[in-house]
Amino acid sequence: MLQVLHDLFSYTFIVRALIVGTLVSLCAALLGVSLVLKRYSMIGDGLSHVGFGALAVAMAFNWAPLPVAIPVVVAAAFFLLRLSGNSKIKGDSAIALIASSSLAIGVTVISLSSGQNMDVYSYMFGSILAMTESDVYISIALSTVVLVLFIVFYNRIFAVTFDENFAKATGIRANLYNMLIALLTAVTIVIGMRIMGTMLISSLIIFPALSAMRIFRQFRCVVIASAVISILCFFIGLVASYALATPTGASIVIVNLIMFLLCFAAGAVRKKAA
Amino acid sequence: MIVSCRDVTVAYDSKTAVDHVSFDIDQGQYVCIVGENGSGKSTLLKSILGLVPLKCGSVSFGPQVHRKRLGYLPQQTTIRKDFPASVFEVVLSGCLNRCGARPFYSKADKTLAAQHMERLGISDFKKRSFIALSGGQQQRVLLARALCATDRLLLLDEPVTGLDPLVTEELYRLIEQLNRELGVTVIMVSHDISQAVRYADKILHINQSLLFWGDTAEYVNTEIGKRFLKCS
Repeated sequence: MLQVLHDLFSYTFIVRALIVGTLVSLCAALLGVSLVLKRYSMIGDGLSHVGFGALAVAMAFNWAPLPVAIPVVVAAAFFLLRLSGNSKIKGDSAIALIASSSLAIGVTVISLSSGQNMDVYSYMFGSILAMTESDVYISIALSTVVLVLFIVFYNRIFAVTFDENFAKATGIRANLYNMLIALLTAVTIVIGMRIMGTMLISSLIIFPALSAMRIFRQFRCVVIASAVISILCFFIGLVASYALATPTGASIVIVNLIMFLLCFAAGAVRKKAA
Repeated sequence: MIVSCRDVTVAYDSKTAVDHVSFDIDQGQYVCIVGENGSGKSTLLKSILGLVPLKCGSVSFGPQVHRKRLGYLPQQTTIRKDFPASVFEVVLSGCLNRCGARPFYSKADKTLAAQHMERLGISDFKKRSFIALSGGQQQRVLLARALCATDRLLLLDEPVTGLDPLVTEELYRLIEQLNRELGVTVIMVSHDISQAVRYADKILHINQSLLFWGDTAEYVNTEIGKRFLKCS
């Protein structure tokens, strides 16, 4: 086991993936609690598909991926939030429309520009090799911003998540904080999807929050537990994918799934005992 | 005067929910908004709170109360059944409008929350999960949160819906106490007319437009008051 870890840390690309992945897991888990409770889980999924489209276009034109994808996904996040607020097309179908369209555009652009299926696969399911050095710096900076904003606005995010109307009535600008949550989510998704893949990044948002909610009944405990679970699962998943030569993103999701089932069982046992 | 509504009109799409309603509420009054289902009671309350856009008219507040310092007890259905939150977290969130630009709660905020929990008899539940409480206990928690947000004006939207008679009675008495002892102005939407005339100083009866606004003693002798009281 120690030998495996030692080998692991001798590769630069794995160390990069480890740094970025840990930060992304942390951000995703924190935001995930609010998103799951506001029934916005699907927004994460929709945004990652938009991110895929944006990445594909950026690659085709040889632009740097993150600076292109982040503004596009942020714009999509605002748009989706507005849609789910008030509109003729309901939120969930709007997300499905946008997600599948972005996916279609992305796949088409990739096939026109390179014609190789291999690229599509690594976008969709992630690649541990994807991070360049500059990506790592951008990711560290952005995740720090996400973390700081989350902590500073923690109490307001709780109030808006728990009871939006009460928050509004007491003069808290709920829409502003909804937008903040969407913005932070968009940034987190774009940073994380290179490693996790477009199809799997949303699990990083949803799973830890759901697992933590099985066991804890206080908001603060759920947020902290969600963060710990997320980082733990990421690390175990990464090591397992190295040791067993399995795809990284998928391994992390499976570890998250196992963790969820354990928490589910623990929650059920505790409920029975109480 | 603590709240003044002038010509307040609210419309959803093309349907008018509240039609040119005007009234003034004085400090320390206990006002019940009554009317049939779909008569615009809740909408009127929400327009005072600034939660719905006004088509025309205006809502203004007296110098005693700031627009952001209102205590609101929403209809309970709006809170998710599986939300993980402790009682203290919920009550404390009422202090948020005292924070201004401060990101975290101060010691004074926490003391205030603890005082209101004590007053409403929920101190023992401090660490308990909000969703695990009974309906009556949950309403007390939300009332404590509303008190943290205001010391002047409470707006309650059908606070006793779904509670059993004994708990209902208790909650009504608590609200009366807050009104008489602390001098908190109470505006309550109620579908329970017999309780409304028992506790309120003033009755506001609407059906889109204002049908009656005045003292409770006067209301029970009007044609509309008698009819409404008999129905319930």
